[in-house]
Amino acid sequence: MLLLDCPWCGPRDETEYHYGGQAHVRYPQVPADLTDQEWAEYLFFRDNPEGPFAERWVHSTGCRRWFNVMRDTTSYRVLAVYRPTDPRPEGSR
Amino acid sequence: MSAQPHRLPSGGRIDRDTVLRLTVDGQELTGHPGDTVASAMLAAGRLDVAPSIYRGRPRGIVAAGVEEPNALLEVLGRCSESMLPATTVSLVDGLAVRTLSGLGRLDPTGDEAVYDKKFAHTDVLVVGAGPAGLAAAWAAARSGARVILLDEQSEPGGSLLSCREETVNGSPALDWVREVVAELESAPEATVLSRTTAFGSYDDNYVVAVQHRTDHLGHPAPEGMSRRRVWHIRAARVVIATGAHERPLVFAGNDRPGVLLASAVRGYLNRYAVAPCSRAVVSTTNDSAYDTVTDLVAAGVEVAAVIDARPTLSPRAAEVAGTGVRVVPGSAVVETTGASRVDGVLVGALDEDGLLGGDVEADVETIACDLLAVSGGWSPVVHLHSQRQGRLRWDEVLAAFVPEGTVRGQRVAGSARGTFDLGGCLEEGTEAGVAAAVAAGFPIEAEAPVGRAATGEYGPVRQLWLVPGRRGEPADWHEHFVDLQRDQTVADVWRATGAGLRGIEHVKRHTSIGTAHDQGRTSAVNAIGVLAAALGGTPGEIGTTSYRAPYTPVSFAALAGRERGDLFDPERTTPIHPWHVAHGARFEIVGQWLRPRYFPRDGEDIDAAVARESRAARRGVAMMDASTLGKIEVCGADAGEFLDRVYTNAHRRLPVGSARYGVMCKPDGMILDDGVNLRLDENRFLLTTTTGGAAGVLDWLEEWLQTEWPELDVYCTSVTEQWTTIAVVGPKSRQVVARVAPDLDVSAEAFPFMTFRETTLASGVPARICRISFSGELAYEINVSGWYGLAVWEQLYAAGADLDITPYGTETMHVLRAEKGYPIVGQDTDGTVTPQDAGMDWVVSKRKDFIGNRSYTRADTARADRRHLIGLLPVDRVTRLPEGTQIIAPDTPVTPERGPVPMLGHVTSSYHSEALGRPFALALVAGGRDRIGETLIAQVGDSPVEVLVAGPVLYDPEGNRRDG
Amino acid sequence: MRGARGGSLRELPFSTMVSVRVAPGSAAFDRIGAALGAGLPERVADTARAGAHTALWLGPDEWLVVSSAEPGPLVADLVEALAGDPGTVVDVSANRTILELSGATARQVLEKGCPADLHPRSFGPGDAVTTTLGPVPVLLWQSGPSTYLILPRASFADYVARWLLDAMTEFA
Repeated sequence: MLLLDCPWCGPRDETEYHYGGQAHVRYPQVPADLTDQEWAEYLFFRDNPEGPFAERWVHSTGCRRWFNVMRDTTSYRVLAVYRPTDPRPEGSR
Repeated sequence: MSAQPHRLPSGGRIDRDTVLRLTVDGQELTGHPGDTVASAMLAAGRLDVAPSIYRGRPRGIVAAGVEEPNALLEVLGRCSESMLPATTVSLVDGLAVRTLSGLGRLDPTGDEAVYDKKFAHTDVLVVGAGPAGLAAAWAAARSGARVILLDEQSEPGGSLLSCREETVNGSPALDWVREVVAELESAPEATVLSRTTAFGSYDDNYVVAVQHRTDHLGHPAPEGMSRRRVWHIRAARVVIATGAHERPLVFAGNDRPGVLLASAVRGYLNRYAVAPCSRAVVSTTNDSAYDTVTDLVAAGVEVAAVIDARPTLSPRAAEVAGTGVRVVPGSAVVETTGASRVDGVLVGALDEDGLLGGDVEADVETIACDLLAVSGGWSPVVHLHSQRQGRLRWDEVLAAFVPEGTVRGQRVAGSARGTFDLGGCLEEGTEAGVAAAVAAGFPIEAEAPVGRAATGEYGPVRQLWLVPGRRGEPADWHEHFVDLQRDQTVADVWRATGAGLRGIEHVKRHTSIGTAHDQGRTSAVNAIGVLAAALGGTPGEIGTTSYRAPYTPVSFAALAGRERGDLFDPERTTPIHPWHVAHGARFEIVGQWLRPRYFPRDGEDIDAAVARESRAARRGVAMMDASTLGKIEVCGADAGEFLDRVYTNAHRRLPVGSARYGVMCKPDGMILDDGVNLRLDENRFLLTTTTGGAAGVLDWLEEWLQTEWPELDVYCTSVTEQWTTIAVVGPKSRQVVARVAPDLDVSAEAFPFMTFRETTLASGVPARICRISFSGELAYEINVSGWYGLAVWEQLYAAGADLDITPYGTETMHVLRAEKGYPIVGQDTDGTVTPQDAGMDWVVSKRKDFIGNRSYTRADTARADRRHLIGLLPVDRVTRLPEGTQIIAPDTPVTPERGPVPMLGHVTSSYHSEALGRPFALALVAGGRDRIGETLIAQVGDSPVEVLVAGPVLYDPEGNRRDG
Repeated sequence: MRGARGGSLRELPFSTMVSVRVAPGSAAFDRIGAALGAGLPERVADTARAGAHTALWLGPDEWLVVSSAEPGPLVADLVEALAGDPGTVVDVSANRTILELSGATARQVLEKGCPADLHPRSFGPGDAVTTTLGPVPVLLWQSGPSTYLILPRASFADYVARWLLDAMTEFA
């Protein structure tokens, strides 16, 4: 079970969190401006890389804050934890 | 009292002063504290167990630990337990067991023992209390770090429990064990757990172990003390010192009772003071079995011969030969003889290629014996390392898969990493313990204890995966057993390769080798070796199968722990719950909430109760506990703007004091949740959510606020339990509310539909009263602090007594709302339904953007044949359609021959309507709104039921009743 | 419930609780701290007590004030301190209840279902964290050397109490 280092609460068991999928997928500013194809890509298409992956987690049973985790999908190693306002670390998708 | 003819006159870690009685398959035996069932059986001269699972061959005890493949027990008792290895069950007085043919049964009797779990955090976790693990724990504990030492055996010591002459720091090894354990037990931050098996190793050093706490006590456990405890351990550092398992040899008749692992024989001699034979032959590929030889000799057992596969005598072999023991090099046991037990072995010479040379029949020598001790080398117990994706490497010299590299935060020490000598184990253990403590932030230095053993070295190993049969080809060798528990042989492996299989994972599944209860502890590496022999190549080229938890079987009862019976799942209750119980409510679980489903009066069934409750709500007055609805306060200058973005309809200009029904959708346009929202003041709204959706909706709102719109001044606070909500429903509800809230003008003009008022009840309780209806009737929802919820409920009940105010439950609520076509999110919707599909186009704003809006112009979402929520009326006016019933067009064939049946939709809600006098249903039907007036078929089992398609609103479609 | 080893469990009902959300470091944050008599704590697990009120850190901009004062006046004071700035003050007195578990074995009882590290090196009197007890989310607040306050949502209270009593049986 992963030990995730909540930026506000410190290391807690994975069971305290919920997974939120790929990070840095912004909600389109004006969805109406998107073609059906572009909107479908926002809705349904996400990366699934082997290796480092930036993903969102929420500390549901803790401080209820959302944050980002850079995790290696092969080794399950957490490479970085950062707040939504922080820039994405180098070397990730 | 039966005798123990094979018990040695002295020695062993048993208490000879106490005699324990044991029954095995009805046979009465005796033993002593410290015995296992297996050692007591052997002391009595019994080594046979139930025959093998598929072929019914005689089988006997093979091992002395968890690797035992044959001797599986059902321990009999009030609630029997199956599949326990006889080698691990500690003897207690009066124990009764039955040996099993590889298959147990789950006792249907309720198990009243307690099982629990415990969370633990530690700086250093050491798995295994053999020499390496003890040294590691000892060194780490000296640092003051928190240390947990786990071991699966009944006492610490590991392999040292089976030793005779080994020393540590110049003293007998077990003296050192005692000193270390005493030191650990007196260290405030060290925990030593025996009978505790680490069975799973998970990310970030999360190790799960099961502790056996009471079975060995021999008397009933103290009340509340768990029989087994599952430990969930988070460790900063882990030291794996899990030792190694000896491998048997593969030859004809290797399954005959009396063939034991050499190390097991040593264990029985030294730990249990049992000589399981009078004349032994030892067959080995390495030096470790010579310790068994010298111990047998020391115990007075004749060793007829040592058959050593290696072509020349190793120094250790020569040393033992020098004491007068006959050692036959370059040979192997090729066959055993005997009926139900070994009475002799056939020995043949091996050539360089491991083949039988010369004239096989003439050259084979027969040696009489009553036990054959075998050693085919050692396999490190790498399971926990491997479960964490730790890599393995084939070591050609050790003839073993050993850990390569380390898992982050872990170390493997001692024979688990292929270091088989005592001195090396102590050094590696000490080093690992020091390193673990230092890495966890507890600097320490320690000098390793000095260990000496007779062998000192494992010696060169001859890889001998397959001793040739005297006749035929490998495909015919049906008595060369690879997996005793699965009854699988060399012939079975050849059958798999003959079928074209090459990978060990495929061969494992084709043959089932390694898939039995013992998970291949004595068979997995031999299977790899046999496969290598079949295909040519080395075991390293074949590779291993994946190691997965659990390392040893764990009972489901232990995993369930205390979360069963009354504690199985939380039951959430409202402050009014005691009243519901006292008034005979029948409950249903909604989410985790326990809600009254109906309140039967004398002798009523559910239908009668619901009919009565419905009549009261439609003609008189009824009341319901609606406190389970989720409630969220949304505050801030941008609260209205935020709600406009998350709800499909507008909220920003909702007047203070008014209520609005809202639907929220996911970006794909599908309904997520709904509820009625109140504007408390300019910057404060109170949202309600579905009963099951409260937590999810709060997370959803926070997600948008935190990740997309952090610039909005909005704060959300969950207040679900803060408010008790009581719905008062029916034409006479106004009278009741007027009585409890005398300060409130309850007239329709002063207090119109979809508004709310703050007031103080006659009882002095502050209340927020809303005119909201989920039934179409005149109705009020009274919200008070949870502290006063029960009191206000009782006040309302008393105030309406003369009007026969009727409490009702969720079943009546469903009937009333379904008659009005109000959908329940999660029942009538399933994540594929848009508001338009549900017939609520009116709730979708055309003048503002919101989450999901863009999706309504997607081709798929705009299709005309989407499933619409509509009403269904069974034409026979009798059939109540089961929810989930499929809807098809008339004359659609439903026979299997005609292939898949084209489905038009399915029933989502179905009830009997007291108001309509007939059953009805809501259903999602393709193009349903365009089919109103058509007759379709609801397929109920084998019966087609004609149903008339109607609009969803079946009762009071004009809405005349809501103002009373 | 009492046992030979001194474990006991009781409910402390009808405590005032107020949810406070405000940006840390803002003027309103300071005013609310002043109104409570002690600054709002700024780190995980921290609590700040002054007189009748204790503020428990729940998140970077969220606190629970637990108080023996009446809810009405306290909420009014805090709303006044917020003074319309971004943030919120909500009476949540009935949202949770308080169960008090005390005795030498209290930590062992909790360790049967709480994944947080409750060892004295990690958690001590005056610390409070959101965590889980068995399958229930709770706010766990250590109020003394061997006394813990467990604050589940009120709807879970009956289950949590039964869970605790069952866990305590071993030590009776």
